[in-house]
Amino acid sequence: MSPLLSVRGVTKRYGTHIGCADVSFDLHPGEVMGIVGESGSGKTTLLNCLAGQLAPDTGEVIFDTRAEGPRDTRTMSEPERRMLARTDWAFVHQHARDGLRMGVSAGGNVGERLMAVGARHYGDIRGKALDWLERVEIDGARVDDRPSTFSGGMQQRLQIARNLVTGPRLVFMDEPTGGLDVSVQARLLDLLRGLVRDMGLSAIIVTHDLAVVRLLADRLMVMKSGHVVEAGLTDQVLDDPQHAYTQLLVSSVLQV
Amino acid sequence: MTDYNFAYLDEQTKRMIRRALLKALAIPGYQVPFASREMPMPYGWGTGGVQVSAAVLTPEDRFKVIDQGADGTTNAVSIRAFFERTAGVATTTATHEASVIQTRHRIPEAPLREGQILVYQVPIPEPLRFLEPRESETRKMHELEEYGLMHVKLYEDIARHGHIATSYAYPVKVEGRYVMDPSPIPKFDNPKLSNSPAIQLFGAGREQRIYALPPYCEVVSLDFEDHPFEPSKADHPCGLCGATDSYLDEVIVDDAGGRMFVCSDTDYCDTRQAAGYRGKDAA
Amino acid sequence: MYVAVKGGERAIENAHGWLAEERRGDPGLAELSVAQIREQLALAVNRVMAEGSLYDPDLAALAIKQARGDLIEAIFLIRAYRTTLPRFGASAPVETGRMACDRRISATFRDVPGGQILGPTFDYTHRLLDFKLAAEGEPPEAPGHPAEPAPAPVPRVAEFLNREGLIEEAPRDDTPPPDLTREPLEMPADRALRLQALARADEGFTLSMAYSTQRGYARNHAFVGELRIGTVPVEMEIPELGFAVEIGEVTLTECETVNQFTGSKTEPAQFTRGYGLVFGQTERKAISMALVDRALRWEELGEDNVGAPAQDAEFVLYHADNIQATGFLEHIKLPHYVDFQSELELVRKLRREAQETREAAE
Repeated sequence: MSPLLSVRGVTKRYGTHIGCADVSFDLHPGEVMGIVGESGSGKTTLLNCLAGQLAPDTGEVIFDTRAEGPRDTRTMSEPERRMLARTDWAFVHQHARDGLRMGVSAGGNVGERLMAVGARHYGDIRGKALDWLERVEIDGARVDDRPSTFSGGMQQRLQIARNLVTGPRLVFMDEPTGGLDVSVQARLLDLLRGLVRDMGLSAIIVTHDLAVVRLLADRLMVMKSGHVVEAGLTDQVLDDPQHAYTQLLVSSVLQV
Repeated sequence: MTDYNFAYLDEQTKRMIRRALLKALAIPGYQVPFASREMPMPYGWGTGGVQVSAAVLTPEDRFKVIDQGADGTTNAVSIRAFFERTAGVATTTATHEASVIQTRHRIPEAPLREGQILVYQVPIPEPLRFLEPRESETRKMHELEEYGLMHVKLYEDIARHGHIATSYAYPVKVEGRYVMDPSPIPKFDNPKLSNSPAIQLFGAGREQRIYALPPYCEVVSLDFEDHPFEPSKADHPCGLCGATDSYLDEVIVDDAGGRMFVCSDTDYCDTRQAAGYRGKDAA
Repeated sequence: MYVAVKGGERAIENAHGWLAEERRGDPGLAELSVAQIREQLALAVNRVMAEGSLYDPDLAALAIKQARGDLIEAIFLIRAYRTTLPRFGASAPVETGRMACDRRISATFRDVPGGQILGPTFDYTHRLLDFKLAAEGEPPEAPGHPAEPAPAPVPRVAEFLNREGLIEEAPRDDTPPPDLTREPLEMPADRALRLQALARADEGFTLSMAYSTQRGYARNHAFVGELRIGTVPVEMEIPELGFAVEIGEVTLTECETVNQFTGSKTEPAQFTRGYGLVFGQTERKAISMALVDRALRWEELGEDNVGAPAQDAEFVLYHADNIQATGFLEHIKLPHYVDFQSELELVRKLRREAQETREAAE
């Protein structure tokens, strides 16, 4: 089976400062890759390079497109990239308000991607929106309410619904549980795990929270100062860390 | 006014505007930037329409100006007088006699024919402006045909009010490509935009944009399959001519809440009355 | 029986007649001459020339008279006249280093070669109404007036910093600037275009934008490096002659700010510049312009966009022109019967439906 995403030598610098350096990996369909590291380790820069939101200085980001097979997203035209971003890709932001339209109802938020790809039947769009609200455990009675009236956890679940409604093939997540209470985090993780399993999602999840990757990720990359210092199967990396930095990360979590 | 060129603008400027018009006609619904000139009337008062009219008028033309459908409204009078003075063209109030019609907020009721040019005054040419205030971003949205947001707005209307709550400047899609603002005409007029034998030109002076609909161009009002677009008007016949097919103004006739409805298109109403039609409020 | 309103033509004529009468005011009082306005309301004349983008004090004075002292209306008259003028060519860039300065101050150095020249300024006047003026007294003697303006050329303050490499370079650039009055304003706008738009921007708007940067909305730590006001010769290349000849002179106000800058991802720590250049003695405008210019340069200097209005070129440039703004603002006076009618129908319909829903629920 050919990889869904193939990353080769991706490097991004800010002046003399290294964002991320020489990152390579393959992501196969149905696989969830976790990227962990402390803040400033370059994981968010890498994610933005992969999702086409930042242009890497060098390297290739090859995505297996539906129509034309493997294509380097760096050399795609902007229209092509934006088309991918609203069809086959999804991006879940750390802060729900970056990923939602706060002035638009929950139903409108979920329906936007459908309308962007040509849905023109109000009843169907609304039906799908209601269906997705249920799947992310938001009461259907709130369909016409704006997300500004939602709790943080609900906003994050709404953002996930809005992203998954068009059945994307690859989901990028940037600290999806960041900034939420611990109990809310647990519920969201549970929900995400269910969705990943049921939909067979492929995803790349950036987080500093090892509990998140333990639960969701098949494989793991550990980043420090822009470099990948260790990679492997999640359990393997977390249970038998080889690199000193990974050992530190794992032990500091255990101490808590 | 002999110091000024025919129709006020110098030939260089007219050529520049004509080039923009040709480009606009070649790409229906696309907004062409043009170097709008300062006109001797304020921005927002029809400077875009006036510049377009100045660029297309010839000495043989017969010119009609309407504002809110009427030839007698003050700004229509003022613009007509401007071209009488600067171009010396013949003017008329009869829709069928005019070769160039400049309008604000209405499309005449009488069907237009081939060879006629309808010039619209446009305040805000960008249909996405109130969803996205940035010009750089809206241009990109047009370029990439990213019009999902437009339907989000319509979706929100229906979710909140049960139907689309846009009653004028109702957005349209031209030839399946560009989403266009038809200027603040009532949505009642939208069907007349499509497949018209006349050339339709849109000028936005302050915003420096020209766009156009060539004859027989397909113009579709945005909607949902299960909430189709409906042109609407006050549910009355005209009090003066009895017409049931024209857009109506509501006129308050006394302090006791008395009101009547009359055609907004005064030429249409006058023509019908001259032909003997009478409404219930007619003398 | 209702008759549709007609006779707009006569109403307009009458309104214009009345306006002319009001403009003249009490005929028992002497009429203002254009020359009096030009000489005695010179700062109003300057503003009209600057924002009207036409250097002609007599026409500006006439416009002020015709506009009854409404400066934006006067600017509008000038702009509308200006567009109809034929273009013979463009002058050579004026050399403000050769300015014959009436006023020249620097806030950054106590003393500078060329000296500090206060000139005719309100700066240290006490703002007390001078009732002698109401009594139409004789003009005061002018003890402070120098016999000659400062000898040109007066060196630029920024150059002293430049010699030490402490201020960003401002290399000479001979690229012809875009022409705002001949090309549509499109984003992104380069600095030349931004400066051009700011030079004719509304003084009040520019002032408020500049003030907002001082209060912390994209604060850029500006000092007036130099403010100079005076006349410069205008030269034009005559193709038949093959060299430039002086065709006249104009009074300009130039302001260069020196802005503290601690460096960014891309630029070293150094002083940076903001620039303002305006027709006539218009120093409030020139200083404001320099501050706004500097704020708009955040991107090229690698600064953060803090989301301040003065950093937003699209916001500033699309809203700085008072002729565009006043036209669009005032157009809401025009009849909107048709759109209003369609809104009326809609609101009635929505209310009716809400009522029905309520009744059905009861």
